[in-house]
Amino acid sequence: MAAPQIASAPWGARGPAWLTGTVYGALLNHRADVEALGARMHGPPYLAPPKAPILYIKPRNTWRVNGDVIPIPQPPALPAHGAGVQVGATLAVIIGQPCVRIRAENAPRHVAAVTVINDLSLPHKEVFRPAIKERCRDAFCAVGPWVAAVAGIDPFKEHALRTFINGELRATWNTRDLVRSLAQLMADVSEFMTLHAGDVLMVGTPRDAPLAGLGDRVAVEIEGIGRIENTLVKESGAERGAAGVSR
Amino acid sequence: MRRGRVAYGGAIHDCVDRDVDVLLEDGRLLPETEVVWLPPIAVGTVFAVGLNYADHAKELASARPQEPLLFLKGAGALAGHRAETRRPQGVEFMHYECELAVVIGRTCRNVGRAEAATVIQGYSVANDYAIRDYLENYYRPNLRVKNRDACTLLGPWLVDAADVADPQNLTLRTWVNGVMTQQGSTRDMIFGVHELIEYLTSFMTLGPGDVILTGTPQGVVNVSPGDEVVTEVESLGRLVNFIVDDATYGIGPVAQG
Repeated sequence: MAAPQIASAPWGARGPAWLTGTVYGALLNHRADVEALGARMHGPPYLAPPKAPILYIKPRNTWRVNGDVIPIPQPPALPAHGAGVQVGATLAVIIGQPCVRIRAENAPRHVAAVTVINDLSLPHKEVFRPAIKERCRDAFCAVGPWVAAVAGIDPFKEHALRTFINGELRATWNTRDLVRSLAQLMADVSEFMTLHAGDVLMVGTPRDAPLAGLGDRVAVEIEGIGRIENTLVKESGAERGAAGVSR
Repeated sequence: MRRGRVAYGGAIHDCVDRDVDVLLEDGRLLPETEVVWLPPIAVGTVFAVGLNYADHAKELASARPQEPLLFLKGAGALAGHRAETRRPQGVEFMHYECELAVVIGRTCRNVGRAEAATVIQGYSVANDYAIRDYLENYYRPNLRVKNRDACTLLGPWLVDAADVADPQNLTLRTWVNGVMTQQGSTRDMIFGVHELIEYLTSFMTLGPGDVILTGTPQGVVNVSPGDEVVTEVESLGRLVNFIVDDATYGIGPVAQG
């Protein structure tokens, strides 16, 4: 199957030029997150632990590159999130060969490249409903400054991910703590949908990712793959002209 | 104007509606069954709204939502008019959802509902299948239910907004093998088209090609391989779809590669 046709971003090349597919992320794919939910997974509204991968999408309005500013909402627009935004360091692969019901051991054949992504979100404790307002805000997906060809780096081995706020190391996690390894995630996702060439799959972030606020410089880094740094600025909401419509 | 996109004679063409025929941009006039239909636009971000009709929300035993229940789809979920959609072997409940699709025409942010009409390019018909066996209560409805290949049909046409007098007064109907199984009206939406645009653009930028699937009324029933499912939105068109089993779809029972 050919990759689906997607309209190019209409507001200029905000994301990296190579990014034309769909960006998927995995929820609850860090062991600590599953442990934190614990017995609550058996009560309302969840009723049972997740079985298949739970995915979310970072749409094209969220895509940015290294050095771009990231607007964040301010009280009183969203008073509940006045504490800041979560800075989520994650590893992502760019699909090369389409994945249709692949076996985990064959996953490496389907990967074209690997990169680092800062997957930002507003904190949300409950994960019963899709967190669109929390995850899909403009500029909430900053994609690595370059993509590392797979020949030079193995995305399937253990990688340490680091998050810096204003230059200070604030969080570290390691892909060895994933519930589903990258290869298993690709296999399990491809059981129910095709990952097309050019699509991006993020392995997830720990949900206790550090918070950052207005003016902070946030950076996420994977050694050997890349580092991406952005600054959080005030969301004005008025930058698109009278009545909010770009003309 | 009703515009579509089709494959014919080894190429992809823009076309317009000529009753039961399609007129390619090069002047060739063809029966609609002679072409392969694609979704009428190259989509950007695809949004869907769950439980957006008071009756459907009641049917599914859920409370009336306080804000729109939104989820996203990847472009790979989409297919066009007269597509085949796979019903995996062994599932218990797979149902269509007839929906009004709204196509955004320009880049916009912070659009109030009073001016939302100015950012709409047009409308189409969607049939957004769900396989309820796969529902899980995390980011529900999860993508395993709602982001399956060729399980979101769009088309046949993109109908210019100027040709739709009132998007909140359109009848929706679904037929399975010629028997009407679903009927409702867009006037019963909990969050109307303009309100949805206001909500979305309050926190994100929409752009040309973004699509909002606005939800479905009551009357969803189980479908089986061999069924012909026709979803229709008044004055927008009839979207035909065929349910097939794994073998007809051409997919084997085991992991492939």
